[in-house]
Amino acid sequence: MNLFLELQTALARLLIFPGLLFAVPAAWFFLWVERKAVARMQGRIGPPFMQPFFDFIKLLGKSTPPRSGIAGILMRAWPLIAVSAAAGAVGLLPVLPASGGFQGDLILLLALLELPSMCIIAAGFSSGSIFGEIGSAREAVLSVSYNIVFLLAILSIAASQHTFSLQALAQLPSSPLRWLGIVAILVCLPAKLHLNPFSLPNAEQEIYSGPMTEYAGPELAMWELSHGLEWVAATGLAATLIAPALTLWWVAALVFVALTFAIVLLLSVVAAATARLQIDTTVRFYWQCTLIFAVLAVASALFMRFRA
Amino acid sequence: MNLWNRLMCYSRRHSPWLFHMNGGSCNGCDIELIASLTPRYDAEQLGVRLEGSPRHADILCITGPVTHNAVNAIKTVYDQVCGPKAVVAIGSCPATTNVFIDSRTLDGPLNRHVPVDVFVPGCPPRPDAIIQGVAKAAEILAERASKKLPVAPVVMPLVGPGCEGACACSATTEKKNEEVQA
Repeated sequence: MNLFLELQTALARLLIFPGLLFAVPAAWFFLWVERKAVARMQGRIGPPFMQPFFDFIKLLGKSTPPRSGIAGILMRAWPLIAVSAAAGAVGLLPVLPASGGFQGDLILLLALLELPSMCIIAAGFSSGSIFGEIGSAREAVLSVSYNIVFLLAILSIAASQHTFSLQALAQLPSSPLRWLGIVAILVCLPAKLHLNPFSLPNAEQEIYSGPMTEYAGPELAMWELSHGLEWVAATGLAATLIAPALTLWWVAALVFVALTFAIVLLLSVVAAATARLQIDTTVRFYWQCTLIFAVLAVASALFMRFRA
Repeated sequence: MNLWNRLMCYSRRHSPWLFHMNGGSCNGCDIELIASLTPRYDAEQLGVRLEGSPRHADILCITGPVTHNAVNAIKTVYDQVCGPKAVVAIGSCPATTNVFIDSRTLDGPLNRHVPVDVFVPGCPPRPDAIIQGVAKAAEILAERASKKLPVAPVVMPLVGPGCEGACACSATTEKKNEEVQA
């Protein structure tokens, strides 16, 4: 009976809130906010509110080029894996207080957040297009660069507060060290979401659409959806760490939505205000400038832990 | 027509993604096509997105009088665009080969090689005429996909200063010019 109830809660979190039923409209909304914010920054009016939804429906109704063999099956599988991983990551977010969770779910969340990026790399290589392969190589290099900082930042927060449970992390009071980690995570988000200073893998003026070049129709729709869900999961993770601990569930949900919205706006404004960096500049930025702060954060977290 | 088909039709009309292809153009029409995406005209209001890959596109925008070199490329790219799709011929060159008529380097006009849905005349056409043509093509796309009927090619009216049926934009420009002169 207990197991059944737990299963029920887990399914509710995965499918309703903050899972698919909430996350898919939120993904479309965030994609719209990003495009609209960039358009407003450029002095344009921008796309209508329902645009990402129309794009998704339209792509579902398009045909796909015939594909055969293992590469064809793989090319159909990658976007589905990416969507399910991103949806799972959103489902793990501790938005509501006392929503459950387990020790170590932070590690699962990080793995699920990383899967779409792995799928993009694999998709570019299995598409056999030269532009896809260049895009995948860039994504791989970028992933190696920002992930070190991203993981170290989260590790420092977890180590300073003695837990790998998201629920416990969300409820602990904030400290200066935690803010250092949050800043490092925010610096990594544009690279994770392929936004402008670090939009190397899908640099449309250089390599067409990068790993997505050969994708069409419903498969492309799934990639768009997984990108939107990644937006929700990544900004949601940052919002969870920033948000103060609240007991009223509806206040907690409202604060969560407001914080994610603010982060989306911040990232869009940065994307509109900057130009794309070269791959070596990007790698140097993460390995030389940002890594020092992440290492400092982890070192001080461990030091504080041993002193306590 | 059931609800899903109606939604699909509506989505197709509101989300035309373009792929731009130069078939030996002098670059005049290409500049105007890019201008239609800039802040002054902002085609993204209609859901227009200029895509890098023909696989993502719904509408193929072709400029230029179709040189011998461009023919195979145009046919390949046309086949790479996934259906349902539409073709917009931008400028007078793809429609009639314009001033390059009878040139031995040409294999135009465009509709000898791929079926064209919308002709946007002009040398070059104004950005607002191009946006109008793209909107018309999106309409044709939705109509054709839902009814499976062949739709005859549409020739858009010539717009701009000094033309019959000039657009609102040029009317205001002329008004401003008159005010400046007064």
